[in-house]
Amino acid sequence: MFSYTLRRLGMLIPVLLGLTLIVFFMIRAIPGDPAEQILGQAATKEAITELNESLGLDKPWYTQYVYYVGDLLTGDLGESLRTKSAISEEIWPYLAATMELTFCAMFIAIVIGVNAGIISAWFQRSWFDYTAMLLALIGVSMPIFWLGLMEQWIFSIQLDWLPTSGREDVRNPVEAITHLFLIDTAIQGEWAQFQTTIKHLILPSVALATIPMAIIARITRSSMLEVMKSDYIRTAHAKGLRMFFVVYKHSLKNAVIPVLTIIGLQTGLLLGGAILTETIFSWPGIGRYIFEAINFRDYPVIQSGILIVAIIFVTINLIVDLLYAVIDPRIKYR
Amino acid sequence: MAKRSWLWFISALLVLSIVLAGCTGGDDKEEEKPTDDPGDVTTEEPAEETPQVLVFGRGGDSVSLDPSQATDGESFKVTKNVFETLIEFGEQDTELHPGLATEWSNTEDGLQYTLKLREGVTFHDGTPFNAEAVVFNFERWKGGSKEQFYYYNSQFGEVISEVVADDEYTVTFKLTRPLAPFYKNLAMSPFAIASPAAIEQFGDKFNENPVGTGPFVFKEWKRNDRITIEKNPNYWEEGLPKLDTVIFRAIPDNSARVNALATGEVDLIDGVNYSDVPTIEGNSELQMFYRPSMNVAYVGLTNTRGPLQNKLVRQALNYAVDKASIIDAFYAGAAEPAKNPMPPVIAGYNDALEGYEYNPEKAKELLAEAGFEDGFEMELWAMPVARPYMPDGQKVAEALQANFAAVGVNAKITSYEWATYLEKARNGEADSFLLGWTGDNGDADNFLYVLLDQDSIGSNNYAQYQNQAVHDLLVEAQSTPDQAKREELYKQAQELIHEDAPWIPLVHSNPALAGKAGISGFKAHPTGSDVLATVEMK
Repeated sequence: MFSYTLRRLGMLIPVLLGLTLIVFFMIRAIPGDPAEQILGQAATKEAITELNESLGLDKPWYTQYVYYVGDLLTGDLGESLRTKSAISEEIWPYLAATMELTFCAMFIAIVIGVNAGIISAWFQRSWFDYTAMLLALIGVSMPIFWLGLMEQWIFSIQLDWLPTSGREDVRNPVEAITHLFLIDTAIQGEWAQFQTTIKHLILPSVALATIPMAIIARITRSSMLEVMKSDYIRTAHAKGLRMFFVVYKHSLKNAVIPVLTIIGLQTGLLLGGAILTETIFSWPGIGRYIFEAINFRDYPVIQSGILIVAIIFVTINLIVDLLYAVIDPRIKYR
Repeated sequence: MAKRSWLWFISALLVLSIVLAGCTGGDDKEEEKPTDDPGDVTTEEPAEETPQVLVFGRGGDSVSLDPSQATDGESFKVTKNVFETLIEFGEQDTELHPGLATEWSNTEDGLQYTLKLREGVTFHDGTPFNAEAVVFNFERWKGGSKEQFYYYNSQFGEVISEVVADDEYTVTFKLTRPLAPFYKNLAMSPFAIASPAAIEQFGDKFNENPVGTGPFVFKEWKRNDRITIEKNPNYWEEGLPKLDTVIFRAIPDNSARVNALATGEVDLIDGVNYSDVPTIEGNSELQMFYRPSMNVAYVGLTNTRGPLQNKLVRQALNYAVDKASIIDAFYAGAAEPAKNPMPPVIAGYNDALEGYEYNPEKAKELLAEAGFEDGFEMELWAMPVARPYMPDGQKVAEALQANFAAVGVNAKITSYEWATYLEKARNGEADSFLLGWTGDNGDADNFLYVLLDQDSIGSNNYAQYQNQAVHDLLVEAQSTPDQAKREELYKQAQELIHEDAPWIPLVHSNPALAGKAGISGFKAHPTGSDVLATVEMK
């Protein structure tokens, strides 16, 4: 296991280098001279030349790339053109906000999705199966902004249970330490604020969870059905094992690999910034951070934001791969 | 080993799902107590007195809290309450009133302007406000780059030659040439006076640590989320401000913002969709506010492209548009049809001028006269974002498309991401495009010169309109100190512009805001930046 982990980690290096190359060229492929973009209306010839020099844009691309990677290795993500702050300093609160939201959403999606999939497979062609799969179909096809606004209308305006937007009660804000508010409130023992934080998390998490939940339920179901048809499950039945035991212990274990893949992919996608959900629920996350940067043509932020999201995506995939190996020891010998 | 850990994983999931179900269930019940009485959560005292905390919900976050460097409306909404200008606009107009300066006068040739400053005013950091501070600010702007202080360079650039402190409370501006809108410019948000000590202390980070003399003191900025400002206990005007705290929250989605108002999470919102007005009016706990109009929405007809180069074609398109039905359909009636490139509140507005009425027959005649009896095809660009003057670019574009089709002009609706849209339109790449403008200082120069002078091609003259006679009039008006004469010049310019028809002026809208019924003393300012010093919560 150890050597397998090491090997997988080693493979990360070329992947990450490739990523930096792609991001580096993607930004340069955007039409227009960056210096002109930065200077906007005030651009004069001298100003452009000067800025190009100070940004190192007058150097050949490979030199620029080496500088870029060198900066990245020292943790220097550059400076935001808009806020004039170091990106490495200002990005964390946004990332934390998105992580908190994503993990809550994936938690809901996994718990409900996996169980709904199992039960649907277990009672195949029952009313539960049909209802769950119909709901899953609706879930996949529902526009998020509409769902979000409906949630607000029902649970905030009509029922008055949950707040419509934001991460906290702004009249009584949480003191940010890690910027993960569930943790911050818990370590400070602020249980009232902890509850408020949960209340703020519920609606956006549910909105965000809908699509992954539906996908997970469908994949779990089909994967379980396949496994339940296999010989060893029939044997288990024949031995007279209880149904619950057969399903949750014997079948699920073999059915889980495709489900894990989907969970990994979806988590990565959500962490990439669920821009619509973050907009509807005014959640100050990484999606909106990058979106605003695009609006302001804040190139360093776009570049670093995309890179960080991509790195997270790759890392989650690595974790999923390692989990495969834990679940199915055959995988690491392949 | 693997088996056991897997079993453990499953059981953990199940247990957690039960806990989660329990959690949310329990929450709902506990919720009832606080939400019965909104606001109770935070006050922790019996509801004897309404807490003077106002949460202002708006569409976007500020870009910078240094007003001299900001160029966007969202930034000024905050800085207007932290900083003050030498001269202030009226409560709901752009008349001039004493601000940090109590009186002002100028020499007859319009080259020297002397201002008497208010005594006994201190910045939030405790340092005194005086003539030295004013000089310091102006020298900072003058010494900075064009890119850094955009407004200073565009309004005062080469005009102010020197700013002198005559004594502790008198300051004189020396100009290289007369500048008619000088006082109005001074009243603009970007020329608010900041604490020299704080600028020196914070350097580049002053935009995150603003220190002014205004009614509120900056407290905290969580980017993309909220900005908190608090009552200035040493404010020079007795009894103000009335609020203890103002929190500006960014809630990008217009509908979500109305929802947040309905639940009491915010107290006051701007950028209300006109389609939400009936719902808000139907709720007795809420009230509507309308901002006095100081804007214009228009269809730019790029004067350098295809058939649009022909004046007759542009006039024809002006006759083709039914502004009244657009106002009914998309502005809930809260707008008036535009006939000039600037709204009627601006001095110099030419009301005698006859606008192009809705007359498709006339439009067809003109098109035939121009040699386009079979019509032609063009692109019509629809704004991808909502603005106070343009609630829904796509829908307005569709209405215009139908209007144009009725006279044989086939308009294809196109849209781009906002920054690209502006950039391409600025370069003259659009045939026709929707756009608008909200005035900065209530001066005609700020509309006509900025939007339609040939000098402004490449910046805000997106229609690429060029007319030497108009240019001469506008430049003369800039340096004519006699107000009556200036107004006459602007009226003439509007006539020429009307004849050339570089745009289809659409509407002057009254942007809609909404708030809790208990809010009093709120006056929406036409510039879009509201001073909240007199607001009270009941």
